[in-house]
Amino acid sequence: MENTRYIIIFTLVMTSAVALMLAGLFYATETKAKQNEAIFNKRAVLKAVETYLDKSVDDMGDDEVLSLFEKQVQQKVLNMNGEEVDAAAVEAAGHKGGMAENIDMAKEKKKPEADRLLPLFTFNYENGSIQIVSVRGNGLWDEIWGNIAIELNSKTKGTVVGAAFDHKAETPGLGAEIKDNPSFRAKFKNKRLYNDDGEYVSVKVEKGGAKDEAHGVDVISGATVTSVGVGEMLYRGIKYYEPYFNQEMGASKGDMQGMLIKEN
Amino acid sequence: MAETTIQGTEVKKADPLFGKAERKLLADPLNDNNPITVQVLGICSALAVTTLVYPSVVMSVAVVFVCAFANLFTSLLRNSIPKQIRMIVQLVIIATLVTVVELVLKAFNYTVYKQLSVFIGLIITNCIVMGRLEAFAMANKPWRSFLDGIGNGLGYGAILIVVALIREIFGKGTLFAGSPIEMKLIGANNESASYLINTAAESGIGTWFSWYANNNLMVLPAAAMFIIGILIWIQRSWNPKLVDIS
Repeated sequence: MENTRYIIIFTLVMTSAVALMLAGLFYATETKAKQNEAIFNKRAVLKAVETYLDKSVDDMGDDEVLSLFEKQVQQKVLNMNGEEVDAAAVEAAGHKGGMAENIDMAKEKKKPEADRLLPLFTFNYENGSIQIVSVRGNGLWDEIWGNIAIELNSKTKGTVVGAAFDHKAETPGLGAEIKDNPSFRAKFKNKRLYNDDGEYVSVKVEKGGAKDEAHGVDVISGATVTSVGVGEMLYRGIKYYEPYFNQEMGASKGDMQGMLIKEN
Repeated sequence: MAETTIQGTEVKKADPLFGKAERKLLADPLNDNNPITVQVLGICSALAVTTLVYPSVVMSVAVVFVCAFANLFTSLLRNSIPKQIRMIVQLVIIATLVTVVELVLKAFNYTVYKQLSVFIGLIITNCIVMGRLEAFAMANKPWRSFLDGIGNGLGYGAILIVVALIREIFGKGTLFAGSPIEMKLIGANNESASYLINTAAESGIGTWFSWYANNNLMVLPAAAMFIIGILIWIQRSWNPKLVDIS
């Protein structure tokens, strides 16, 4: 038997040396890693309004993403009543940084619906502004999420003008097409969230959905469950933002107010 | 089953830097004693990360790094590691190196870090690394162990990259997607194939065989299983040394 004291000393010395080294490396790379993560999240948001940009988000350098985001995107965090929440409260809810871009949607999804926080981004361009909302739901194997660009106007109330999705573990070539295939994303453009009576119907993703020109999108063949998951995610996720949308439209368009109050 | 060829090499008095034995340590795992096709280790990550070439290259580099340095450190410590806890010590060494890789990737190549996600962490449990530490580094000098680590990492990486090349070209029609030198190789540029054979020059967009529709099987892990199986078959029929082993 080797002496027990030697084993204990060896273990202690080795683990503390390793721990010290890794801690040092962690601090050395922390800022850079944080920055990367922020850029990654900003890219995801900009992807939803890609058609309004000069070039695709993937072709942009990191600096371009940062400056574009800085110049054209505003962000705030809402609660479920559509009221703005200040950074301190967001941070208290466990999202370091307190900005909309810091919100971890996976964490929010686990909370009861009434307590959730909603990130909202506003993209400003020459002809107006677009609201970008974040949604999260379930695909076939695991979670899926996305950012949806919505234009609020008095005519249709809300129209989707762009969408970008991502997923954790959908099947490559089938469910993963929600992220990889630009033509699926493009189908969401100009779909209306409300029907002619002003009722919320969201965008339906179903078999033969494309026949319904105003609200429907076809599923991806071979990936029905994932596609239907996208539809479900949109229906719930965008509905959370309804109180805020109603306020916004009420404030800017006086003539809409009567109708919106009735609906609430 | 097959890992004995290397242990047989006797250690000389004064080791040359790149003697015959050293060269053998580097070259053996590439063919005669390949960790994937001969020892059939490290299959899990080989099936999972090989959809694209670029992440596979990064993964290979990571495994070469971890394997080489884990071997080196274990070999340096081999006389002071208490026998009873040697496995735990080896695991700590591997885990440390993998964490280093993870932190560095997170800071310098976030996209690939996201793509490889959990598989970087899983290098810790990659049987190749642990196997080399137990079988080689615990009984050999540091320099040789280091070379053995590089050799085995390269042997793993070579198969990974070959599989990824086949899968990416036939599954996505691209090469090095996600890296700065991404290119579209075969298949139509948009997803609806035109069903006309044209050349790169004709179409003006730089892809051949625009009628080619991507093979969805290739992006699934099952395709990697078939490809590795076929690679093993080819290697065995071509290398007579391997035939008697199994």
